[in-house]
Amino acid sequence: MSSALHAEAGQIDVDAIVVGAGGAGLWAALELAREGIPTAVLTKLYPTRSHTGAAQGGVCAALGNVEEDHWEWHMFDTIKGGDYLTDQDAAEVLAREAIPAVIELERMGLPFNRTPDGKIDQRRFGGHTRNYGEGPVRRSCYAADRTGHMILQTLYQQCIKAGVKFYDEYHVVDLLFEGGSADQGGRCSGVVGYKIADGSLHVLRAKAVLLATGGYGRAWRVTSNAHSLAGDGMALAWRHGVPLMDMEFYQFHPTGIVGIGILLSEAARGEGGYLLNGEGKRFMETYAPKLMELAPRDMISRAMYQEIRAGRGIDGKDYVYLDVRHLGRKVIEEKLPDITDFARVYQGVEPISEPVPVQPTAHYAMGGVPTNLETEVLANAAGGVVPGLFAAGEVACVSVHGANRLGTNSLVDLLVFGKRAGKRMAEICKTTTAPKHVAGAERAIRDEMLALSTRPEGVRPAEIRRALADVMMEGVGVYRDETLLTNAVKEIQRLKGEYQRVRVEDTGSVFNTDLLEARELGYLLDASEATAVSALARKESRGAHSREDYPERDDEKYLAHTLVWRGADEAPATKIDYKPVTITKFEPKPRVY
Amino acid sequence: MDVELKIQRFDPEKDTAPHWETYRVPVEPMDRVLDVLTRAKELLDGSITFRRSCAHGVCGSDALLINGRNRLACKVRVEQLGKSISVAPLPGLPVVKDLVVDMDEFFGKYRSVLPFLVADEPEGTGERLQSQEQRDVYDDTTKCILCAACTSSCPSFWAQPEYVGPAAIVNAHRFIFDSRDQGAEERLDILSNEDGVWRCRTTFNCVDACPRGINITKAILEVSTAIGSRG
Repeated sequence: MSSALHAEAGQIDVDAIVVGAGGAGLWAALELAREGIPTAVLTKLYPTRSHTGAAQGGVCAALGNVEEDHWEWHMFDTIKGGDYLTDQDAAEVLAREAIPAVIELERMGLPFNRTPDGKIDQRRFGGHTRNYGEGPVRRSCYAADRTGHMILQTLYQQCIKAGVKFYDEYHVVDLLFEGGSADQGGRCSGVVGYKIADGSLHVLRAKAVLLATGGYGRAWRVTSNAHSLAGDGMALAWRHGVPLMDMEFYQFHPTGIVGIGILLSEAARGEGGYLLNGEGKRFMETYAPKLMELAPRDMISRAMYQEIRAGRGIDGKDYVYLDVRHLGRKVIEEKLPDITDFARVYQGVEPISEPVPVQPTAHYAMGGVPTNLETEVLANAAGGVVPGLFAAGEVACVSVHGANRLGTNSLVDLLVFGKRAGKRMAEICKTTTAPKHVAGAERAIRDEMLALSTRPEGVRPAEIRRALADVMMEGVGVYRDETLLTNAVKEIQRLKGEYQRVRVEDTGSVFNTDLLEARELGYLLDASEATAVSALARKESRGAHSREDYPERDDEKYLAHTLVWRGADEAPATKIDYKPVTITKFEPKPRVY
Repeated sequence: MDVELKIQRFDPEKDTAPHWETYRVPVEPMDRVLDVLTRAKELLDGSITFRRSCAHGVCGSDALLINGRNRLACKVRVEQLGKSISVAPLPGLPVVKDLVVDMDEFFGKYRSVLPFLVADEPEGTGERLQSQEQRDVYDDTTKCILCAACTSSCPSFWAQPEYVGPAAIVNAHRFIFDSRDQGAEERLDILSNEDGVWRCRTTFNCVDACPRGINITKAILEVSTAIGSRG
């Protein structure tokens, strides 16, 4: 059968390209539309399928609608939550601009829950405190427990209103550069898109390209992430000489459904839910006496592991209980309807009358493609930018989350920096010239995809994917050490070798998900390698990176962001550099809750 | 335990018509239909084609006709179905390949009802107020994930593909009854034409199909009533 990959590639010229249609991509597209910039939004799904829609609990902004609050407190919490690896100028932008972003969402029509006097209602969330850590504060603005769904819907609705041009089910398979790759000072000049419906390639040229592709939770066996989250944007940038930053900091969310990892929102604890061990005790008393169940996620996930290791899991097994029974039927059904449904459907447990078994689940990448405050992608530790390339949302690392992200700050991040990306890209589009047409710009990726789709024999992608998920779970999980990480790095390298023999069974052109999953596996391997290599190099414990052989935080050596570059060809990644943390208002202190 | 998984297959590059293929797939007690499909693709035939993403009922990618009913593959547990599972694409929509249908028309109808807040007063600086009671009026229809399970279960839609369909009406309802919105008249005009709400025959198929538990027929009736009360 003649593959549509052979056909001549389509050519599309625009000013701006947005890759990914989650919250960050949609808000960027909206800003670009407002500025009249011709823009193409490419998504490998339909926009409303993006994983922003899975976010449940809320979006923090110091509105002070129900009690006193200040953006400075939100900024401090974000920095302390990030174990002081957070860049403080970025945290200030996040906390300040969260307020107008949430107000703007309300004005776009987002159906927030309301206070008795009709204002946006707010509730507690992990690590968010009043007066620099005194106790929990009501900061999370929410729409039941489907806040992310409403953000995604609202932004998509506004994009429709603004006439944004979407390329639905186009998988971006390559980035284009002119004047060399990112590490050679080159400029990003567009992307190659693969139209899933018919298997054709399309070259899109633009002055500004935004990566808004999300994270890579699918590298782990137990994850809250969608199947589509394979680190596409990180891997594509990495392959063109862009370093990845702070990849060793990967968040495990404490309350995943046992075995399958589906998330039960922190909102359950924000509303007052307990975590109980096998002895029926609220064990967080021992680990975070002040904030208890509302301590940051990294601390709770570690506490759960400690309890389980000490034999205090439920019936000695590898999970604990999330208990919301005391909240009563009304609160559970009105404020936590979706997660109640999840527990019923996926576990057969009735949260109104039974405690829900939970265990940590791979959830969120604090690291990613390094950017400055304007979302421009960085080429090196000195802060030089890659012209034409931008990143926002989970794919990016600004860094607002440092070594551990606080609950709701992922949504805050994609709103604030998605909007900033659109604004900055519009400025760039108005002041730069269009990239040159280059014949055969898609040749490299065409050859790569043809090789992948015509290999007569080899390994199934699923075999390698399963092996990778096990390696990441065992070696690059909540607790790490030299032996585990050395072995993980070696295993990932071996799997990358295996990947050279991966075989796609479906040889057709129309909607070939077999081929796309094989591509995604390649991205997962790259993101995993960057994670394991960075984790091995950081000989300290900070935030979500917990080394049993180096249990203390070491500010002298490691108060710095890791940058790691991909090895040439398929060689292991060995080039690592460190970028200083920006400290403006808050000197690093021990992190106690 | 194994189940017998029947999949309606169609490859436009090879086949002239859809046909059924049967696979014997190992399953675990808490497996969902999506897990079974994924395992069949991974172990038995890599060319089995379906959409999926979040795998927990919030993205709307994997609505399928499962044992004769429109359901999300990620929300139906195998134990609810027994040892024999049949999976086909959503009815009434053009099949692209295997279980994948063309969603363009569906989203076109969604876009046709102005599915966005219309509020053209000058930009204020603060949030608008809305009471919790005002919000409750349209809360149910904000849950829609645009999976198309409702529209493709509707006999009126099968008979008249021009019918705007329950999903689009649900999304119009979400704004028509939002106290902050000013576009209700225009939406009611759109929905009062011959392919609008009057095609609903209240068969409740949509309510049964909705994976989000939205009372769709009630929403459609509220929209019809709003049109009627305009005189």
